[in-house]
Amino acid sequence: MYAQVVEGSGKGAKATEDMTPEERAFQQKIDSGQKIEPKEWMPDGYRKTLIRQISQHAHSEVVGQLPEGNWITRAPTLERKAILLAKVQDEAGHGLYLYGAAETLGISRDEMYEQLHSGKAKYSSIFNYPTLNWADIGAIGWLVDGAAIMNQVALQRTSYGPYSRAMIRICKEESFHQRQGYDIMMKMCNGTEAQKAMAQDAMNRFWWPALMMFGPPDADSVHSAESMAWKIKINTNDELRQKFVDQTVPQAEYLGLTIPDENLAWNEEKGSYDFTDPDWDEFFQVISGNGPCNADRMRARVRAWDDGEWFRDGLSAYAEKHSAGNTNQGVENV
Amino acid sequence: MKADSDLFEFLLRMGDNTLVLGHRVSEWCGHSPVLEEDIALANVALDLIGQTRMWLDFAGDVEGKGRDADALAFRRDVWDFRNILLVERPNGNFGDTLMRQFLFDAWYHAILSRLAGSSDDRIAAIAAKAVKEAAYHLERSADLVVRLGDGTTESHAKMQAALDDFWPYTGEMFAADTIDTSLTSRGVIPNLAEVRDEWDETVNRVLADATLEIPDGTYQHKGGKQGTHTEHLGHILTEMQFLQRAYPDASW
Amino acid sequence: MSREWPLWEVFIRGQHGLSHRHVGSLHAPDAEMAIRNARDVYTRRNEGVSIWVVKAVDITATSPGEKGPLFEPSNDKIYRHPTFFNIPDEVGAM
Repeated sequence: MYAQVVEGSGKGAKATEDMTPEERAFQQKIDSGQKIEPKEWMPDGYRKTLIRQISQHAHSEVVGQLPEGNWITRAPTLERKAILLAKVQDEAGHGLYLYGAAETLGISRDEMYEQLHSGKAKYSSIFNYPTLNWADIGAIGWLVDGAAIMNQVALQRTSYGPYSRAMIRICKEESFHQRQGYDIMMKMCNGTEAQKAMAQDAMNRFWWPALMMFGPPDADSVHSAESMAWKIKINTNDELRQKFVDQTVPQAEYLGLTIPDENLAWNEEKGSYDFTDPDWDEFFQVISGNGPCNADRMRARVRAWDDGEWFRDGLSAYAEKHSAGNTNQGVENV
Repeated sequence: MKADSDLFEFLLRMGDNTLVLGHRVSEWCGHSPVLEEDIALANVALDLIGQTRMWLDFAGDVEGKGRDADALAFRRDVWDFRNILLVERPNGNFGDTLMRQFLFDAWYHAILSRLAGSSDDRIAAIAAKAVKEAAYHLERSADLVVRLGDGTTESHAKMQAALDDFWPYTGEMFAADTIDTSLTSRGVIPNLAEVRDEWDETVNRVLADATLEIPDGTYQHKGGKQGTHTEHLGHILTEMQFLQRAYPDASW
Repeated sequence: MSREWPLWEVFIRGQHGLSHRHVGSLHAPDAEMAIRNARDVYTRRNEGVSIWVVKAVDITATSPGEKGPLFEPSNDKIYRHPTFFNIPDEVGAM
């Protein structure tokens, strides 16, 4: 998902008998469906895991502006341009809400940026793939946002209050994103031969990275149990991946697109599709910095931040000079 | 009909200004100095693109050849564009972008508030809607120019350099040609000298607050309104029109 | 790293007649810019008619530890709620 490989406390889920009284009360609260709010007591591991997860999610939104932003100046009509711009603007907003949620846990946005820019913090692997033709914008909305929404809808019920509220707001706003993507795909698939070819090309390139968004297979996902006990992860990676495939296959069929998986087949017995696992070696390469666009994405973000320093400082300096608390100003105003 | 071609030209000028400036502003998407600015700037670009559709759709109707806003935006070449040179100037640093925006907003707001009383009902309606958006853009860009001008030594120097750069591109906004004077006499558009007075007042006040100095030089570039552009516009169009040009039979 | 802009909490009145409600936070160098940023960030979909911003550090809050003594005493004041009183149906709405 937008937070694919979140390291936990390293201890796994604790058995009730191993918990301190505080931890037990905390766990009971979560089990009974109550929300944890910023100033309340929480285990250190919960706080740290949440900071990692929420900031990864926020970074993904912010870096996620880049592949789509790549087509804003080339959008084919004024309406498509406006829609895409509004969508990318939403991603920035979602990044902002999530940074805000993480800030309630005692980390500043600048510190999180620092972690992103230094390569310490991760973001979703999907945004390290390039957008090469216009149908990619459709494919991102349809497949990538489609995959993200599955996780985000569930996360509205997460145990941490500010995170849950940010997710509720995000889900409300995201509802148009997937539909606009599918709308582009429909237009392309009903269009000229060249447009159909673009759509299939986008499908071929985004299918596997979209499956990787849900993170590694459950068997290799070492931190899941703890995060699920804390309700900061609601479904397992494999559950969501299966759900995504089952939902997407008929949508692809409707478009007349071929999913690039020879083994994709309906399994009557289990009532869902069988499909090939994505190439996990590729996934771990991309996550660790070797994807096709990692270097470009980071360079763009670092440059935006560095080039903007004089701007941020200029506004801080003005605010300081003119603040109501400034004695000179106060005297003048009297 | 002569009268219609004047109106057509004027609508292209308005729509091409917002189209090209909207394009420039949207280039920042994902690259601004701070997330809040990214979001704010995207709002400005969205407003400008929305206004482009209104101006150019009307232009297409006036022309009467069946072209809509998209046909005009994506299928004309450089010499048919009527935007002022200011809006096609490259983004530069964030301060350059804000200064260009402010100089434009101060003019755009001044002309829109008068166009809301145009003798042409459709222009009056478009202007009445756009003027609210432009008022917010102006408030925002003026305030940022003041803050950065009166911020640090570095931000002051950057804003002064931006002003020096763009100043010779401001005169074109008020240089009335026969199209302008004819439309003014018909009550369709205001007298550009009046617009200039308001612009001068706004710009002098804001730049004084910003502790910035208006450059001495009086030379002013022109030509954009008549279709003679800088080299930059060709590159903007190459990018903007790519899909429509490469796949002319496709619908999007 | 230079100093970060302060954090502001944002409250929006969604419709006339409703109270302002907390919607989230953002960064801005001062109150005036916080208001403008809030307009751009939190009312992109026509969500508000009025905005308040408060510096996050200026908010004084109850601490979670005081929850019991602060809020539980009102639990047994059930006579403060209208359903405590039985009014015969024939009296009509009250």
